[in-house]
Amino acid sequence: MSAALNIKKGSSKHSAYNLRPNFSDVEETHTLAVLVDNEAGVLARVIGLFSGRGYNIESLTVAEVDHEGHLSRITIVTTGTPQVINQIKAQLGRIVPVHEVHDLTVEGPSVQRELALIKVACSGDKRVEALRLADIFRAKVVDSTLSSFVFEITGAPDKIDAFSDLMRPLGLAEVARTGVAALSRGAS
Amino acid sequence: MTRQMTGAKMVVQALKDQGVEVVFGYPGGAVLPIYDEIFQQNDIKHILVRHEQGAVHAAEGYARSTGKPGVVLVTSGPGATNAVTGLTDALLDSIPLVVLSGQVPTFMIGSDAFQEADTVGITRPCTKHNWLVKDTDRLSATIHEGFHVATSGRPGPVLIDIPKDVQFASGTYAGPKQARTSHYQPQVKGDLDMINELVDALEKAKRPIFYTGGGVINSGPAASQLLRELVDTTGFPITSTLMGLGSYPASGKGWLGMLGMHGLYEANMAMHDCDLMINIGARFDDRITGRIDAFSPKSKKAHIDIDPSSINKVIRVDIPIVGDVGHVLEDILKVWKSRGRKTNQEALAKWWKKIEEWKAVRCLSFKQEGSVIKPQYALQRLEELTKGHDRYITTEVGQHQMWAAQYLGFDDPNRWMTSGGLGTMGYGVPASVGVQIAHPESLVINVAGEASWLMNMQEMCTAVQYRAPVKQFILNNERLGMVRQWQQLLHGERYSQSWSEALPDFVKLAEAFGCKGILCSDPKDLDDAIMEMLDYDGPVIFDCLVEKHENCFPMIPSGAPHNEMLLGDANATDAIGATGAVLV
Repeated sequence: MSAALNIKKGSSKHSAYNLRPNFSDVEETHTLAVLVDNEAGVLARVIGLFSGRGYNIESLTVAEVDHEGHLSRITIVTTGTPQVINQIKAQLGRIVPVHEVHDLTVEGPSVQRELALIKVACSGDKRVEALRLADIFRAKVVDSTLSSFVFEITGAPDKIDAFSDLMRPLGLAEVARTGVAALSRGAS
Repeated sequence: MTRQMTGAKMVVQALKDQGVEVVFGYPGGAVLPIYDEIFQQNDIKHILVRHEQGAVHAAEGYARSTGKPGVVLVTSGPGATNAVTGLTDALLDSIPLVVLSGQVPTFMIGSDAFQEADTVGITRPCTKHNWLVKDTDRLSATIHEGFHVATSGRPGPVLIDIPKDVQFASGTYAGPKQARTSHYQPQVKGDLDMINELVDALEKAKRPIFYTGGGVINSGPAASQLLRELVDTTGFPITSTLMGLGSYPASGKGWLGMLGMHGLYEANMAMHDCDLMINIGARFDDRITGRIDAFSPKSKKAHIDIDPSSINKVIRVDIPIVGDVGHVLEDILKVWKSRGRKTNQEALAKWWKKIEEWKAVRCLSFKQEGSVIKPQYALQRLEELTKGHDRYITTEVGQHQMWAAQYLGFDDPNRWMTSGGLGTMGYGVPASVGVQIAHPESLVINVAGEASWLMNMQEMCTAVQYRAPVKQFILNNERLGMVRQWQQLLHGERYSQSWSEALPDFVKLAEAFGCKGILCSDPKDLDDAIMEMLDYDGPVIFDCLVEKHENCFPMIPSGAPHNEMLLGDANATDAIGATGAVLV
């Protein structure tokens, strides 16, 4: 594979146009940050793109992040071969209300966080064990009855996976997760 | 220039300010205020179609033949849903359209009101972008933005859904200049380092080929001129997709003819054996590539496209250039000239010798014998008798479309209107009307099959009403010819539902529409009959009865590479394997 496949950085305004020379069959997980106009239907456009073209969504979060500029940030975790990931970025870049597409997975280090509420119904020793584990994971108790807890936990998705796995034998009843929010590390 | 006016008046004002001369449409309850404004002015001509699908295809024909965006006006609900096929067609072929649809009043949206449909929801995947305008103050800016989006970057259809109360209410009108607020500004200049790399490859190539597509035509007539200069000065061979015919003249010395599934032998063989492929404004469609892993295995590939998502989507390329074809070609020529106009002459001469050998196969040859007209012969005679005319061709979809692409020659861009990506039967009749409205003095012929033609034949009323003298040249084999051909090659000659047991008498039908009808079944009468069609000052329906079981060749069978073309029936049996059969 030649370096010629790369469109050089700076040759376009959008990172999505940076075509990587990779046609491997190995599936990768990427976190994309998409800055969009907060207008009616924009989320439907993004989701419709993924379902219409058969791409995966592992997690998707969206909220307005610039109230004056009416800009929302959509964070998508997706999997696919490098070619599919490049297609996803290029297709996202084509949507008219999309301003920027950033692939946080390739653009340097990033922080990824998710919040989860986890309900555990248990009694006796199991209650003690649940609280002890919650302490290790720095999960907070946000609701408590004599027969249940609701824990609030934030962290990378695999930390939340690990915590809910540990809660399962103790009486895991319900889980609500927000999906991933992510930012690149450093000043810009 | 800000003024107060009603939403309906704004629509008409915005269209005028965008330079729109023609609107194709059909009225209904939710667009009555706009039609009332259209009634009270004379700058914009409204063409009343007979079905909203016809309006969109007519606008496509208008757009493709003029280079200007086509404009459509339809009502809510069924008006909008009938437009969906046309929108999808325009999206796949990158045709700039602005479709305005009426909608039930904002306070009734979501109540399942009469003629309510979620138009922006339904058309979201089949438009480049769409808008529901809920505030009259936003209406004019949205329409101007719609024109901007439809025509910039890779062109495409947009839809603006306008609720009836927004049309009645008053608001502030903003002209095109004040309204331009969009961040949507696609990149048009190609990366210079990549262009240098491409020029380097041009200089060294031993077996180069240009593979061009609809993007050259969309880029405008200047791009076609630059392409001609590049092809002629380098002396490289050139082939084109169905959508790109005419950007390089069929009479030019570098021309190899169309490539792809029913493309010419020499074009496909050259694509397979080349060492440098320069894709200009085409998208490696599956009709072109055949089996992907065997597609042009020995070549370095360059790809010029304004849409970054086209690059590396299907075929991995070595030299990607994102930009407008016209701009990039200009830069390529500049760089190539400044570096001394070098090519590998010796290798090129050898390459052309090889190509001449492929040409000698004469893949389009056929024998017209007996008393039945061969469809190829009909098109050959049509070409011969109309070649010098100021001529526009539209087609329907199927065998006749491929034969038209093979046997008709196009020396200029914007002269060939066909449904390439979506393959929409029923495209040709309305498209021919749209082309004729744009070019009232020119010869406009719709090459059709009888089955496709019947799908939107109601638009002949439109042709008659507006005195559009379109010529409907129907190759009538009483079959769904392409379906029948595939059933013969793939499904054991079980011709499931691929013929019509009842067809209208096309001559009587013509008379009923108020057109001229001509029937021709004998090859000896064909020239006279075609001349009669050309001489008649008005719309003609020409029923040309042709050989019923003729197959369209050459053909790359599904799942096969370019160098395994079928040249005729003799080698077609069992040519398509099980893996090929699942492909379309």
